[in-house]
Amino acid sequence: MIVRIPSQLRSYTNAAEVQAGGSTIAEILYDLDRQYPGLRFRMIDEQDHIREHILIVVNKELISSLDRQLQPDDIIRIIGSLSGGSTCTSQIVKGL
Amino acid sequence: MSDKKKSGTPQKGKVTLLIATRKGGFMLHSNRQREKWTLQGPILLGSIINHMHLDPRDGKTILLAASTGHLGPTIFRSTDRGETWSEATKPPAFPKAIKGKKGETIRYTFVLAPGHPSEPGIWYAGTSPAAIFRSEDNGDTWHGVAGFNKNPLRRTWIGPKEFTPPGGGGLHSIQIDPRDPNHIYIGFSLGGVFETTDQGATWQPLNSGCQADFLPDPDADFGHDPHALRLHPADADVLYQQNHLGVYRMNRPNGIWERIGVNMPEPVGDIGFPILLHPRNPDQIWVFPMDGTDVWPRTSPGGEPAVYTTRNAGKSWKRMRKGLPPAHGYFTVKRQAMTADLEDSLGIYFGTTGGQIWGSTNEGRRWYRLADFLPEILAIEAVTFQQ
Repeated sequence: MIVRIPSQLRSYTNAAEVQAGGSTIAEILYDLDRQYPGLRFRMIDEQDHIREHILIVVNKELISSLDRQLQPDDIIRIIGSLSGGSTCTSQIVKGL
Repeated sequence: MSDKKKSGTPQKGKVTLLIATRKGGFMLHSNRQREKWTLQGPILLGSIINHMHLDPRDGKTILLAASTGHLGPTIFRSTDRGETWSEATKPPAFPKAIKGKKGETIRYTFVLAPGHPSEPGIWYAGTSPAAIFRSEDNGDTWHGVAGFNKNPLRRTWIGPKEFTPPGGGGLHSIQIDPRDPNHIYIGFSLGGVFETTDQGATWQPLNSGCQADFLPDPDADFGHDPHALRLHPADADVLYQQNHLGVYRMNRPNGIWERIGVNMPEPVGDIGFPILLHPRNPDQIWVFPMDGTDVWPRTSPGGEPAVYTTRNAGKSWKRMRKGLPPAHGYFTVKRQAMTADLEDSLGIYFGTTGGQIWGSTNEGRRWYRLADFLPEILAIEAVTFQQ
């Protein structure tokens, strides 16, 4: 599955786009962390919440649960939010 | 002893300042005369670096506490004096809460402290929210000190989640008794000074004598607000703190703080963030007073930056400002941004929120600007390398 990586996390992947396997977002993130150690904790806190300024989008849907089921052709985008809060978030997602 | 920094012992060598800033880490290297300084960096440009600390036991390992606006907090490690860096495998983190309960998350690691000289590889870290973590493998993996982090009284000690200072309160000071690795002092915002004599299994507040006129009970056991706590490396019965309300000293085994800042000039006062101890003279310290009136500008009183020192444990104070801006100097020196080397003629240094490093090689009598235009400086540590 394709995962698009924001610039803030490319020091881990050295790429803007990587492949990861799993049937849920949680599984994808564990696979990413297996490939790129340390990446998961920078974007997911110890209570398994997405960090405040990180967004995860599946295709065009902003997700909040790591249990979100995935299809093989889904595209996952990890986004470092820009200043501006919720209005900005919806604009980002609309623009995908 | 080659590049190891032994507490209090005079050293000759090349001084390096480890500089932690709001936008990355830097190293400022001197020549042997401490007249020429060369900047190295940035390290992790863009990351918020709260602290960089050399391990004095091996003279080459440096730990660095990092986070960014977007990403969670972590620890980076270098085992070659900062030439290369790798991330900790398991940085400080709270345990995951059981289902239905709300767990805590680390906002950032604020302070890094090498363990006792007899315990190589041991490090401690203080975080926001206030908690303490320990590593037994040179900072690669960290676990919480349960006696504090899981203490049923911890939330009472550190204050309610809803009442935190701007930027978040945290555990900012960790001081280990050079005579006993089990005896550790900590200081944290809105809590006070605490000590353990069993390496963190149990903790006792140590705040008697501190004023706290902002508390309903000014003589409360905890709820106090130390800004920086320091234990004297050559006389471990002497403690100092720069507190929210003044400068204090304690002589153990007596457990009473004495306010020694009362003799500071009245228009200046004794409020500030950092406090620096002479590594060989337990009666000499330096402070950098700030304006704690009105809305707490936290800048130098009257816009006239000055360091103050006492050589007699606070009986009298001397103003030291030669070389500093005579007027309109509105920077702040944060609680970890003042340090000393160990040369015979002691060098003392401070970093400002305006990105300047100031240094003096004669204990503050004359100041020179060693670096400028850096990001906001959060912490500096002086180390001595032999080559």
